[in-house]
Amino acid sequence: MNGLANASSLFFLSAGLSLIFGVTRIVNMAHGSLYMLGAYIAYTCATSLGGVLGFWGGVLATAAALALLGALIEIALLRRIYHAAELFQLLATFALVLLLSDVVAALWGVEDLLGPRAPGLRGSVEILGRQFPEYDLFLLVVGPVVLVGLHLLLTRTRWGTLVRAATQDRDMVAALGVDQAKLFTAVFALGAALAGLGGALETPRQPANLGMDLSALGDAFVVVVVGGMGSIPGAYVAALLIAEIKAICIGLGTQTIAGIPFNFSKLTLVAEFIVMAVVLIARPYGLLGRAQGMPRHAAAIQDPIEPAGRRARLLALAVLAALLCVPLLAKASPYTLVLGIDVLIAVLFAASLHFIAGPGGMHSFGHAAYFGLGCYGAGLLLKLAGFPMAGAIAAAPLVAALGAAIFGWFAVRLSGVYLAMLTLAFAQIVWAIVFQWEALTGGSNGVLGIWPTAPFNSAWVYYLLVLALTLAGVLAMRRILFSPFGYAMRAGRDSPLRAEATGIAVLKVHWIAFIIAGTVCGLAGALFAFAKGGISPETIHVSRSIDGLVMVLLGGMHELAGPLVGAPVFTLLQDSVMRQTPYWRGVLGVVILALVLVFPMGIAGTIAGWAKRVAR
Amino acid sequence: MKPLLEVRGLQKSFGGVRAVDRVSFALGEGEFLALIGPNGAGKSTCFNMVNGQLGADAGEVLLGGEAILGLAPRQIWRKGVGRTFQVAAIWGSLTVRENVQLALLSHAGEVFRFWRPAAERHRERALELLADVGMQAQAARPARELAYGDVKRVELAVALANEPRLLLMDEPTAGMAPRERNEIISLTKRLVRERGISVLFTEHSMDVVFAHADRIIVLARGQLIAEGDARAIQDDARVQEVYFGTGRSFRRPSA
Repeated sequence: MNGLANASSLFFLSAGLSLIFGVTRIVNMAHGSLYMLGAYIAYTCATSLGGVLGFWGGVLATAAALALLGALIEIALLRRIYHAAELFQLLATFALVLLLSDVVAALWGVEDLLGPRAPGLRGSVEILGRQFPEYDLFLLVVGPVVLVGLHLLLTRTRWGTLVRAATQDRDMVAALGVDQAKLFTAVFALGAALAGLGGALETPRQPANLGMDLSALGDAFVVVVVGGMGSIPGAYVAALLIAEIKAICIGLGTQTIAGIPFNFSKLTLVAEFIVMAVVLIARPYGLLGRAQGMPRHAAAIQDPIEPAGRRARLLALAVLAALLCVPLLAKASPYTLVLGIDVLIAVLFAASLHFIAGPGGMHSFGHAAYFGLGCYGAGLLLKLAGFPMAGAIAAAPLVAALGAAIFGWFAVRLSGVYLAMLTLAFAQIVWAIVFQWEALTGGSNGVLGIWPTAPFNSAWVYYLLVLALTLAGVLAMRRILFSPFGYAMRAGRDSPLRAEATGIAVLKVHWIAFIIAGTVCGLAGALFAFAKGGISPETIHVSRSIDGLVMVLLGGMHELAGPLVGAPVFTLLQDSVMRQTPYWRGVLGVVILALVLVFPMGIAGTIAGWAKRVAR
Repeated sequence: MKPLLEVRGLQKSFGGVRAVDRVSFALGEGEFLALIGPNGAGKSTCFNMVNGQLGADAGEVLLGGEAILGLAPRQIWRKGVGRTFQVAAIWGSLTVRENVQLALLSHAGEVFRFWRPAAERHRERALELLADVGMQAQAARPARELAYGDVKRVELAVALANEPRLLLMDEPTAGMAPRERNEIISLTKRLVRERGISVLFTEHSMDVVFAHADRIIVLARGQLIAEGDARAIQDDARVQEVYFGTGRSFRRPSA
């Protein structure tokens, strides 16, 4: 029963996301943030006005406010990026997540805020011998009511027909003289209003807090992917399924299976992502989803990669020489070395992501998983298995490689948004296991005391080790890209059909590429563990995956040098902004937005573009 | 003539529609065989089953006496079957030469090599193949910049890289101007004759079919309705019926 009540607000949230995706083909990462904003606005209405008007009026006002905000976002931002690459759209909306998160923190503070109970529905009724809150009953009913309302809106009205037509083929709808811009704005506003409604109705049950944007987003992704992108009934079915599974996990509590006590309530996070992974593998388009018509403009195909010229080699040597000199500066400011190590690890991490996302064409949204496996692999091998430092650093990438081999085997079978979702789900599974398996990983406390042994215990020696390994990793991946295998990787991305018809086993090629990237990423994770002296679940949070993508895009997805430029710029920027203001997330969000709108080719891409123009 | 490719009782339904209904034909060594039929006749379905992209409900496909039905496209390619697509497919982010080099690397079983740079491997052979299709001058260009007619030529070079016994061409002249059409088909015919390659192709352009095909098979509503040389097909009453209804003549002006 509890699950059924939870399902309603989950459904509002997911229906909005699904609707927006169906029509605009944009996965709105900021959807959870709109949900969070809805909860906060409703809280303010309910507490400041009070009474029936404050609560129920507040709920409606919240939906209206969110619709307005949604329309504004669509007009100001999304309209400019409909024709950009998918990854850019995801990033632009993720920038909104960062921005809105700090806006909420600035306006409402960081305390959890629990709203008053709904006027008129404060009591509870007895069902089957159990007390059940009236408000939950109301939620249980309102979900199907909205479902039917949405269904009628989409099937019985002219506007609904246009929306459904646009979901199937938006180019054709535009060609028939429908004003796409207005349609998209309206859909986005409706989706935002639904998210706000979901958030507003949850305030009496759960406190509004700053973490709810990403957790709601995670839940909504799972629901939408399980139900089928763009399918409203699918979203309802999936919301029910997920909410019930969670409720059952909590309800079971600790059970004893085969003599071993097993706490099911800790499985909630893992359970939903496992459901999603299973559904994606069995039915790649979701329970009630259909294959989507692809937008007609395919992402721009990249230029052939060329070996570095004389000038580029000289530049690379100069940079290397400068990096070798960094320890000399460390006498004056020891922090330089710490930052230098951070930058190098970020470069290795971003380069490994670029390896599969650029030439491999697989946009992973869960690269943090392999970083985390490397991190925890090194930490646990050192602490629990008694490995020496060198052994831990050597073995940790193999742990990550194993993870990449398992996850990659599934991931290479999907593409586009579905691939992004599945990689994200895998990363969340790793995160959830780390977070909830306290006996092994220390849970939220993490693993402490991972320090390098002599001679690496002095910072400059460790810096040089990181420099050497980063250099080795980056050069090895670069070399692979120029090998026959590298050609096959790019061929598999450009035209899998042609590659298969030319005797190339595309899935195998991409699977191996995935494992290579995971291995290198694991090395970055291991180096990180020893650099920080300890690790926590924070290390593998979804934000690390996103940071990686920002680094790659900042440098330029289409340039081999992209991650080498993007990672340092991002790390230095984050470091300097973080020390200046508590609202660094917001600032970062603005930077990403500017990047997406002004430099869609990234820094290295833009410079390469200038260089070409000058050369002509 | 000894048959190189034998198709026996091939069958495929989509939902309740029999797209391909017990089709049987054979292709001799060195033959240039056209598969024609109106839209929806089952040509592409037939074609995709022969090259492994689509599974069949029933039937047999034999290549040189060996059953190939149910093999993946890349396995069929390894048995010496090249193919070109209706919408020509090459790898846009590789250069023209790298496109052909990769096909040669694949043929030599060298795809899973990770260390030695590929740029010098099979370079000369790739340039020879490009010279054969008249694309040597553009070898260093990114493939995505090419005009469509040139893409078709590069695709042909890629398809010839594994020295196939059989070449499957799905509408080799689709989307091309009449003059280009004749050029590409004459070029193809010259190259396959030199190498002794057999060709099975589908085609909508009747000038191309009647001028170049050694033999023609006609599909309509999933069934094979006629088989023979250009003259026999033009005179066939059932072929005339499926293409034109009844009444109008189906002869070339020169015939």
